Amino acid sequence: MARLLEHKAKEVLAGSGIRVPDGFTASTPSEAATAAERLGGEAAVKAQAFVTGRAGKGLIKFAASPAEAAEAASELLGQTAGGFPVELVLVERKLPIARELFAACLVSDEIAAPIAMLASRGGSGVESMAARGEAVLTKRPFDPEDGLEEPVAREMASDCGLPGELHGAAAQVLQRLSRVFLEKDARSLEINPLAVLDDGSLVAADCHFSVDDYAVSRHPELGIEIAREIGHPATPLEKIAAAYEETDHRGTFYFLELSATGGRLVGFHGAGGGGSMMSMDALVRHGFAAKNFCDTSGNPSAAKVYRACKHILAQEGIVGYFASGSGVASQEQFHSARGMVKAFREWPLCVPAVIRLGGNKEEVAIDILQRFLADLPVPVEAYGKDDSAAFCAERLDALVKEHAPVASYPCTPTARNEPAQEEYRFAIRTGSISFDHAICARCATKPCIAACHAEILEPADGKPRLKEPAEESAHRCTECLACELACYEAKMRSIRIDLPIPGFDEYLAERGAR
Amino acid sequence: MSILVNENTRVVVQGITGREGQVRTRLMQGYGPKVVAGVTPGRGGEEVLGVPVFDTVQDAAQQVGAIDASVVFVPARAALSAANEAMDAGVKLVVIVPDRVPLHDVLKMAKHARQTGASFLGPNTLGCLSPGKGVLGMMGGSPEAARKFFRPGRVGVSSRSGGITSSIAYYLNKADIGASTIVHVGGDSIVGLPHPAVLKLFEADPETDLVVMFGEIGTTQEERVAEMMKRGEFTKPLVAYIGGKQAEEGTRFSHAGAIVEGGRGGYQSKVDALRDAGAVIVDNFEDLPSVTAQVLAKLER
Repeated sequence: MARLLEHKAKEVLAGSGIRVPDGFTASTPSEAATAAERLGGEAAVKAQAFVTGRAGKGLIKFAASPAEAAEAASELLGQTAGGFPVELVLVERKLPIARELFAACLVSDEIAAPIAMLASRGGSGVESMAARGEAVLTKRPFDPEDGLEEPVAREMASDCGLPGELHGAAAQVLQRLSRVFLEKDARSLEINPLAVLDDGSLVAADCHFSVDDYAVSRHPELGIEIAREIGHPATPLEKIAAAYEETDHRGTFYFLELSATGGRLVGFHGAGGGGSMMSMDALVRHGFAAKNFCDTSGNPSAAKVYRACKHILAQEGIVGYFASGSGVASQEQFHSARGMVKAFREWPLCVPAVIRLGGNKEEVAIDILQRFLADLPVPVEAYGKDDSAAFCAERLDALVKEHAPVASYPCTPTARNEPAQEEYRFAIRTGSISFDHAICARCATKPCIAACHAEILEPADGKPRLKEPAEESAHRCTECLACELACYEAKMRSIRIDLPIPGFDEYLAERGAR
Repeated sequence: MSILVNENTRVVVQGITGREGQVRTRLMQGYGPKVVAGVTPGRGGEEVLGVPVFDTVQDAAQQVGAIDASVVFVPARAALSAANEAMDAGVKLVVIVPDRVPLHDVLKMAKHARQTGASFLGPNTLGCLSPGKGVLGMMGGSPEAARKFFRPGRVGVSSRSGGITSSIAYYLNKADIGASTIVHVGGDSIVGLPHPAVLKLFEADPETDLVVMFGEIGTTQEERVAEMMKRGEFTKPLVAYIGGKQAEEGTRFSHAGAIVEGGRGGYQSKVDALRDAGAVIVDNFEDLPSVTAQVLAKLER
């Protein structure tokens, strides 16, 4: 998640010099009691969850003693808030609050610049209070490299009518906030309320902090497990997918599981955000629910699409497989087709599939799907740009009604299954390719050499080998999988391309799936 | 005319020696416009696909003369420095193809663009294409596909989804409606040329009679287009489809820009604002060509 829990957000704020309440995290009632004791007995016990308005939802409790703090913690821990289980509470010193303010930084898409905000009141609904004239809310853009300048911060404090010493203190908080915002690649950062204590000092009583997904890897110190905005704790498959994606930057692979239930769940494989959303809408209109969302776009390698297929197929309870994107893709669609063929034969596919791979080189893509998957006991229909997502959803509906899911069956994968007698093997970017040269010696046509997109193979002594220098050739492999498919089609099955997904087999074994 | 790109645009490709750089250079060479130089640091002096390669955009500009546009095919992390380099060399339009460019890098890019008087399309864009004239980026994928998919005409297309951009133009083409220029503004929340900026260009283009827009949940782009229409800054007919009706708040489906946060940028607010401003909203994507044809027919009467 690219959001920080309150305790982590406050730790970051404190590092920048913004005051936060004294407090300790606790994952058990007894830890909560100890924390309250260290704070002098009285404390606020706050569920750590990604929801707003926690006080109104009973997720913040006040304790007069360590025993009460333990009791509060036992009530909060294990609850579900905003789709996530509460695993941690923050036990904080109760604050003598005289007044509440609001301070925030976010990005304005209108001016393509960060902006700072300050309001004369805190609490929920600051914007609507300002609209009703019950509070002053002031906004200023700031420089994306230098942060908010002091004179501007002071102007904002003046706008809010802050008196004397509060004026300077609020301006200082705003400046520090803007620098944290820039340093941590934040997407939005909000202190609400910014508490004015009886002694006039300013303390960040609560904080919402979200970090740009694309910059999460720049900030290991934030400890963000998965750089995705999802409304539930990351599932094992989502974590495996996200971890893999971090290592392979060609094209996009995005996978998340949805909460849908029922008897009409479909494994969904989209390409391109807009087209994927529209294709899911088409599924919904035909009474299906997508079990997952998946997007392979931006010209991913066939190897990446293969891995995406395996994530989709590994889900339980699907009655169909639906692949559909925008319909007129710029990416060469045969890459997706080859990835699907390898995955579908290897898993194997046990439900009807409708695959819509419209756009650039769609004729080749459709031909590949038809040629390599015709013998499966479940139907696979392939379509292109002239077939709408709505039509394809209708086809899936018809196929699902005719063909119930089948049990797993023996299916010949495109890859060689047996150990090689005379192995010729080399590493490629995300896996390895192994030839059995004993088989290759019997192959008259060497279709693998002609199929290779990167043209890295050549015949030597009647066997395919990497062109010299070999290491450089292996590096040029685009993982298009064309050699393995060509070899399979020639009925040789000498080639085996291994494309591991770290953690995937372990996950299946643990689940008892295979 | 057309906007952003035509047959005379002189293009540099940054990252020309990479996999994507080469494939899409072939597209631009085969479809137009002219790729006059390539840039890959450390590879200066080489030649790729008949195009001279330079270490920097500055070097390229000095050697080959004026450059109108740069198309950037570098990894996301290097996009900011590549874009700044092009802008510093005087390039006025930079097309940022890579996905996953960090948000704050885009903010810095926007600042640099304001300082140098340049514009940038993207990030996370397929680019733009004026049928029969030229393409910047990867739209269409290959020259043959681009020729087959798109035909010249008088409808401008502006879209926040790459695949949908091509789809709209293709389905219009099938309905005998040609396009003046097809623009993918990019899928991210902050982009250099959002819908309002693109529509401003279409407003000034005498060869564009109507604009088809694919909007999406998230950001304020569509609401700002509605405001422009109300202020009389965009006066041509607008046919729009808004995606993301089913999306749950707080969950992101792929495009970084397509997320509803704090109730802003929702489906209904966009549809209401645009309708109120006089745009024609299409509920079914499949109806876009027929509705566009109807609006065009009214224009001709």
